[in-house]
Amino acid sequence: MFINWLVEPLQYEFMQRGMIAAVLVGIVCAVVGTYVVLRGMAFFGDALAHTILPGIAVGYLITGGARDTLFWWALGTAIIAAWGIGAISKQAEVKEDTAIGIIFAGMFALGIALISTVRSYAVDLSHFLFGDVLGVSAHSLWLIVIFGTLVILTIAAFYKEFLTLSFDPILAATLRLPVNLLNNLLLGLIAVTVAVSLQTVGVALMVAMLVTPAATAYLLTNRLPIMMALAAFFAALAGVIGLYLSYYLSIASGAAIVLTATAFFLLAFLWKRSKRN
Amino acid sequence: MYPHISHQKDKPILDVRDVSVRYDGRVALNNVSFHLHVGERIAVVGPNGAGKSTLFKVVSGVLQPNSGDVTISGSKPTVHSCIAYIPQRSQVDWKFPVSVADVVMMGRSAKLGPFNWPKKRDWDFVNQALETVEIGDLSKRQISQLSGGQQQRMFIARALAQEAELMLMDEPLTGLDTPAQEGLLDLLDMLRTQKVTVMVATHDLEQAAKHFDRIMLLNKKIVAFGDPENVLQTDNLLSAYGGRFRTVEGREGLLAVDDSCCDEGAHDHVH
Repeated sequence: MFINWLVEPLQYEFMQRGMIAAVLVGIVCAVVGTYVVLRGMAFFGDALAHTILPGIAVGYLITGGARDTLFWWALGTAIIAAWGIGAISKQAEVKEDTAIGIIFAGMFALGIALISTVRSYAVDLSHFLFGDVLGVSAHSLWLIVIFGTLVILTIAAFYKEFLTLSFDPILAATLRLPVNLLNNLLLGLIAVTVAVSLQTVGVALMVAMLVTPAATAYLLTNRLPIMMALAAFFAALAGVIGLYLSYYLSIASGAAIVLTATAFFLLAFLWKRSKRN
Repeated sequence: MYPHISHQKDKPILDVRDVSVRYDGRVALNNVSFHLHVGERIAVVGPNGAGKSTLFKVVSGVLQPNSGDVTISGSKPTVHSCIAYIPQRSQVDWKFPVSVADVVMMGRSAKLGPFNWPKKRDWDFVNQALETVEIGDLSKRQISQLSGGQQQRMFIARALAQEAELMLMDEPLTGLDTPAQEGLLDLLDMLRTQKVTVMVATHDLEQAAKHFDRIMLLNKKIVAFGDPENVLQTDNLLSAYGGRFRTVEGREGLLAVDDSCCDEGAHDHVH
């Protein structure tokens, strides 16, 4: 029966935790991702996610692979990397996307190099790259809840400032809003989101959680609050459906979530296309 | 609260002294000095690359000049939130998911102060501003659904919501058809009663002569600044535009000069 089919995986505690983690991470990524999409920062998000790998690697080497402390290594590296990349974007010698490309590939390679010094590294490395949402501990889940809530509350508190800054930075400047502070705050929020999402989708698939649900919602509405709500809904739903697919088809959980989100995008895209013609 | 400073009534609304701006060593503005009084309406004309946008950015405090000073009613632009910079339409992301009322409300972000959400009073203010520019019925539309003229009106409403006292409009007439241009110019006439000082960058010398108190002829430096009749002299125009102009007989016998250089970005299509 369908109910049994739905309930069966949830008898396992790791599935329950994984489900909650995927939904929460989906919501946080989608809301932050709305700004990533509107401001054209997809490449920045992708680069940022990859750039934290060496930080995770150092934490991994120092602690001998203790998962619960890795969050803090990821968070610290992500914040430094976000502001570092933000500063690099302002220099004039090398074009912005070229500079980001060089840094992100270099840092990613450094991360892989560090992790590969451990003999049985392959499994752990693949968890960092593609996520391991079914391995989320109760402790990690609390960190996700706390930091995810923090991100959402900050976005809500500075809603009108972020909106004004994203639509018309010159208006924000002439209104004397603290433009640099707000820009860095937004980069910081993306960094926290990356750290929060690490265990769910991993660094290599992170950009999908940031842009795909938000881009799906953008096809369906032209109001920002509705776009945020729809994006959160699609991301949460992708988390749930993805985990069922992962359970019943035995495919990697991070990939299953991202593929579900991608399917939503394709459906919305085709629906929009058919409506236009 | 975000900064808001009271104005010294005896000082000009805008005083620009010896302002020079260089980008990568290239001169954009050279030793520009002038001042404006409250309620004046100024047209800034000059060829493409004459520094019109640069001048507006310096005046609004978004760009620091390499040398010289700008004061707004006696103090630096960066402490004022009463300067409205209305961007060229081609610089705006029209697909952004906001309604007309949302954009106008952005003008109140500073007045609202941090952590405050718009209250009924603020929405009333926004609706009032939209009524003033005669697009009250369009407040719920997504911004891409407006015509070019309506888009400019929305930005004027935003400036009103901002309680702007100095309005800088970067080529608001470009790409609009004649009725839309005339409507916009009539609207600017009406703003005069609200004591808003307006600077408009434009290519159209005939309209500049017809609708503005003074004309500034700019080509990196101020070539001429004053009454339309005195500014629009052949020698001034030659000096500002070089050989790149053609003269047309205007409707009222005025010399109309068109900067006929083909700048792709400046002439976007009207809906």
